Amino acid sequence: MRSTDPLLEVSGLRSAYGRIEALHGVSLQVDAGEIVALVGGNGAGKTTLLRTISGVQPMSGGGLSFAGRDISRASPHARVAAGIAQVPEGRQIFAPLAIEDNLRLGAYLRKDAEIAADLARVYDLFPVLKERRKNPAGGLSGGQQQMLAIGRALMSRPKLLLLDEPSMGLAPVLVDQVFEIITRLNREDGVTVFLVEQNAFAALSIATRGYVIETGEIAMEGKGSDLLADDRVREAYLGV
Amino acid sequence: MLKTVLAPRFAVPLVLAVLVVGLSFALPSNFYLRVAALVWISALAVIGLNLLMGYAGQVSLGHAGFFGIGAYAVAVLPAQFSLHPLLAALAGALAAGLLAYVVGRPILRLKGHYLAVATLGFGMLIAMTISNEAWLTGGPDGMPVERLTLLGWRVRGADTWYWITGGLLVIGAWIAGNLVASPTGRALRALHDSEVAARVAGIDVARAKLTVFVISAVYAAVAGAALALVNGFVTPDKANFMHSIELVTMVVLGGMGSILGSVAGAAILVVLPQVLTSFHDYEHMVLGLIMMVIMIVLRSGIVPGLASLLTGRRK
Ligand SMILES: Nc1ncnc2c1ncn2[C@@H]1O[C@H](COP(=O)(O)OP(=O)(O)OP(=O)(O)O)[C@@H](O)[C@H]1O
Ligand SMILES: [Mg+2]
Repeated sequence: MRSTDPLLEVSGLRSAYGRIEALHGVSLQVDAGEIVALVGGNGAGKTTLLRTISGVQPMSGGGLSFAGRDISRASPHARVAAGIAQVPEGRQIFAPLAIEDNLRLGAYLRKDAEIAADLARVYDLFPVLKERRKNPAGGLSGGQQQMLAIGRALMSRPKLLLLDEPSMGLAPVLVDQVFEIITRLNREDGVTVFLVEQNAFAALSIATRGYVIETGEIAMEGKGSDLLADDRVREAYLGV
Repeated sequence: MLKTVLAPRFAVPLVLAVLVVGLSFALPSNFYLRVAALVWISALAVIGLNLLMGYAGQVSLGHAGFFGIGAYAVAVLPAQFSLHPLLAALAGALAAGLLAYVVGRPILRLKGHYLAVATLGFGMLIAMTISNEAWLTGGPDGMPVERLTLLGWRVRGADTWYWITGGLLVIGAWIAGNLVASPTGRALRALHDSEVAARVAGIDVARAKLTVFVISAVYAAVAGAALALVNGFVTPDKANFMHSIELVTMVVLGGMGSILGSVAGAAILVVLPQVLTSFHDYEHMVLGLIMMVIMIVLRSGIVPGLASLLTGRRK
């Protein structure tokens, strides 16, 4: 892989639900070490894009490459093995399973000896998970479930972390906490982050770069701070 | 040490072993030993089906088909090819596993009712094949099964079969417990809860489902082979739809996702009809009533239901 290659390259990506196309040729890239935010309103296609990148949603056209390799035909588990971990929309934790079992499932494809160390790191990031590690995950609050979902994704040791609306349904103070953790993961653990949000302000504030998606197409792109200052973005997504 | 012994994967086979040994003293006659052996055999098939239904959340209304394959393997292969009955049982288990592997790939893509109907059709296909190929299987009348001999010793008598089938059950429960506690077991429970989340965690969902489908088919075939050897006779009704439904009922009645529950479910449906014969014409009505009451009172099945009643009271 040449060092100039982006970690994730999405080019002209299309995806459809039956005959209705939800993504009409989306192109974007995420470089190693970045936090990239994708913002957009209800039904713009954010979730569809993330699901297509992780492979649980079929693509109908375009290209997808990760770390210089074409992954457009790879199965979801092969993409996890390659280093992509998705925190799905609405968390989707395994409610009846113990918290620690949820985390161990994140490491399902790993055989190495450092799983225990990574588990300790997740507990270090989210101490509340450690306190209740034997309890069923369904008993956690919304914010704690979001932390568990992030922790589970981290257990696969991803190069790229895909986050689908981590702020959804959280109180403002928790939103700040979650975004602070994301920044820490990026800085301290070197995890590249691709973040999808309706909460454009929070997302663009921590992002190196950002994209705006509207009805299945990229409408704008730029530095996080530039987009935050842009009049059109402010009007449409920040309510100013 | 105590903690390891108390872990479910050791505790459950231990409890069953104690039960098998204990009952052998308590049961007064060969008739009871025979009924108990039938319970152990059904329980073995039910444990396998419970792995599929209770842990992985996939239904099969065709498992009697696999049961029939095991049963007819020990009937047909020794008769036609003078194969030793144990080798025949092994061949039956392999054939059931292989067939499950082949049909499981397309069928397990289906979900819920669609999966139920597809497995139903598959089971009926096997039952009809067994009934129709009379030259090989004796058709609807069934066929005799050669007696099992081990190193020149003829296996016979209700007590002998009680111990053999009880041993099979303990081993089956032990293997199932280990599977459930393994990463594969965790993956099964995960995909039961959310397939999408399981996929993005890196679980090959199709493969995990296929694995447990094959394992459950092998359990059913081994149970079928054991029943054929115990009875010394096979009939096609053990491969048919009603028997599939009976196995599913045992799983649900005993408790989804509970290995001890599988034994309880099998015990109820094997023992109760024997007990209720005194009700003559009303036998089935009373049985149905009891099943309904159990499900209403213990919603999650006998073992999980009783467990939550007990722990709930203690709190
Ligand atoms: N399962 C589905 N079947 C059919 N159409 C769907 C399905 N899921 C999404 N869509 C459609 O695809 C488009 C994009 O939806 P998507 O969920 O990707 O949007 P989103 O940006 O994630 O929205 P939100 O912010 O509300 O989560 C929408 O028009 C939506 O109606
Ligand atoms: Mg969405």
